[in-house]
Amino acid sequence: MTAVTTAPRSIPRRPSAALPDEALLRMLRDMQLIREFENRTMQAYQQAKIGGFCHVYTGQEALVVGTFASVNHDDPIVTAYRDHGHALARGMSPRACMAEMFGRATGCAKGKGGSMHMFDKPNHLYGGHGIVGAQTALGAGLAFAVKYELEVLGRDLASGGNPKKRVALCYLGDGALNQGCLHEAMNLAGLWSLPVIFIVENNLYSMGTSIHRGTTSADDLTKKAAAYEIDGFSFDGMDILSLYDNFKPVADACRDDQKPAFVDIRTYRYKGHSMSDPQKYRTREEVEEYESKRDSIAMLAAHLMRDRACLSEDAWRAMQDELAEIVRDAVKFADESPWPDPKAELYSDVMVSPHPRMSPSGEYVEGACNPILEGQPGGGER
Amino acid sequence: MPTLDLITETPLHPYASGADFPGGAGPRPIQFREALREAMAEEMRRDPRIFLMGEEVAEYNGAYKVSQGMLDEFGPKRIIDSPISENGFAGLAVGAAMYGLRPIIEFMSWSFSLVAADQILNNVPKMLYMSGGQWGCPVVFRGNDGAGGQLGSTHSWAVEGLFSNVPGVKIAIPSNPYDAKGLLKTAIRDDDPVFFLESERMLGDKAHVPAPEDGDLLVPFGEAALRSVGDACTLVSFGRPVNFCLEAAADLREKEGIEVDVLDMRTIRPLDIDAIIRSLRTTSRLVVVDQCWPFASVASEVVAQVCERAFDLLDHQPLRVNSDDVPTPYSKALEAEFLPHKGKIVAAVRKTLGYT
Repeated sequence: MTAVTTAPRSIPRRPSAALPDEALLRMLRDMQLIREFENRTMQAYQQAKIGGFCHVYTGQEALVVGTFASVNHDDPIVTAYRDHGHALARGMSPRACMAEMFGRATGCAKGKGGSMHMFDKPNHLYGGHGIVGAQTALGAGLAFAVKYELEVLGRDLASGGNPKKRVALCYLGDGALNQGCLHEAMNLAGLWSLPVIFIVENNLYSMGTSIHRGTTSADDLTKKAAAYEIDGFSFDGMDILSLYDNFKPVADACRDDQKPAFVDIRTYRYKGHSMSDPQKYRTREEVEEYESKRDSIAMLAAHLMRDRACLSEDAWRAMQDELAEIVRDAVKFADESPWPDPKAELYSDVMVSPHPRMSPSGEYVEGACNPILEGQPGGGER
Repeated sequence: MPTLDLITETPLHPYASGADFPGGAGPRPIQFREALREAMAEEMRRDPRIFLMGEEVAEYNGAYKVSQGMLDEFGPKRIIDSPISENGFAGLAVGAAMYGLRPIIEFMSWSFSLVAADQILNNVPKMLYMSGGQWGCPVVFRGNDGAGGQLGSTHSWAVEGLFSNVPGVKIAIPSNPYDAKGLLKTAIRDDDPVFFLESERMLGDKAHVPAPEDGDLLVPFGEAALRSVGDACTLVSFGRPVNFCLEAAADLREKEGIEVDVLDMRTIRPLDIDAIIRSLRTTSRLVVVDQCWPFASVASEVVAQVCERAFDLLDHQPLRVNSDDVPTPYSKALEAEFLPHKGKIVAAVRKTLGYT
């Protein structure tokens, strides 16, 4: 398989050089939005406004923004539970994202999903998923459907028009490398040439276990892809321009040839695995090395100021202030949003077409009743 | 005898199931497996979003010949042989269904679905809820359920007890070819995920099924069928054990003059508890016959709901007839005793009547 950082085909040098300033400024803005959003997420978690398991994206921003920039907005994506960055970079409003974590009715899933389950149909985000590796089979399924649209239906399911060549992006952590589901999904994708890109967000630790303690071939993960006859690549994920330069040709090839790829992207999470992680498995120096020398946002901002001269110090500060205000507004919105009404929401969205006996509006809901909701849809003795 | 106006929503169908199935043969007897095939093929002709995927469904023509000939008609892009990767292809179906396709996934046996448990129990039933109503998961998972005949402990799962605990799926379990076709067509058209439980032991059963040109055969979910009529006791069952109940009912009638209602639930979720209560208004006695283990079983659920909703109707405590609470044995002699067979059912009915 292709060696580390080698592009898959002959392409013009540095595709990012052809991107207009606006596109790069947009990347910077998206990354900074995630950074600022996650700062507030951690704060809200510590204030117990957010509950459950919560995994912030801080440090990995370039990975999601750089890969998204390489595909179309209507290419389906699916990811794991560290998903706030994917939601925001795909276009979910920070309000809906924060409100979901606050468990409010205004959240993207009406407060029924939480931090690990960001779903956004208009933005083609097929979910954050909580079980490690389980989403990889869904990624293969999205790619199967994309190909089925082209080859069997001959029409675009959403619009009814001509089908488009799409590629599915399926994100996973390095911990998912060791789940059977990924290997079944990769085998199916390789066997049937499904247009899915398995993107390993390789932040070197699955929770507290370093990648070398968790998986074989940790220094060359592309060997795993080779077993399934899938093109494998390994890219740096901290420098967003180099990531874009490397990833864009892979994405284009998978779309054009309707085939899979496996991309190991080296990144780093600055914070713990989740909000309850004392991080005894790594040194403070290691974290500081990334934060001070390899930070993706600082690198891109410097590039835009120094090399492209399309960003001034003042403009950068203004952008940061504006984004901080947007996130403050999102927190305020979430905090002031109504809780979901159990009478209306506890029993809704269980079925698309509930049988009358399974329906909140029906006369009887299966199983035990909720005496607190007696006399209400879905509850009480009849 | 109960009057039929009590049970108007549960019309009698002209079922038949070969020699051992009372009810009379119709003019078009077909096998259970042919009924399943007709249902899938008719729906696939109607809707190009539907595809069938599973182990040996295409070139082998189905491990149990359910999909025989379908590859020839629909081609390899819609009738798809999968490698032995239940978790992988079950999860693939989830993604494909969310995108807008309508997968039918064949598990060679529901016993093998357990390696796909994360997909079918964690993702399939919960997708709509955890996405706040944005994405449903309209997949039909179907395959053989229950003891197939000396297959031993790991291959003889009756999953209805385990899976019916989970909200968010519909579970259909036909006992005869007519329902097999009608329920499967309904399942494929349903916007929600459906677990469809068949039985290897019934695939060769024959019964009258109306011809396709006579219109779509759609059996609604959540409507039990009264398969035998009597006033002494209500037998409630679903899937293959319905046939054991009919054998028991015939025995009781012929040898002792005892007439019982036999209610075929046809779907477990939704569960037509109202039909059971209507019958109990006449019989006041309940025996639930269920091929899964007794502890926390569907039978337990039926008994609990009856006690909660209609305790006053009962003249005797409700009884359950399940498979015995042991791993499924291999030996023919042990397996036969393990199942909820006719002898156990007859004994339970007699007990509710105070006979010793």
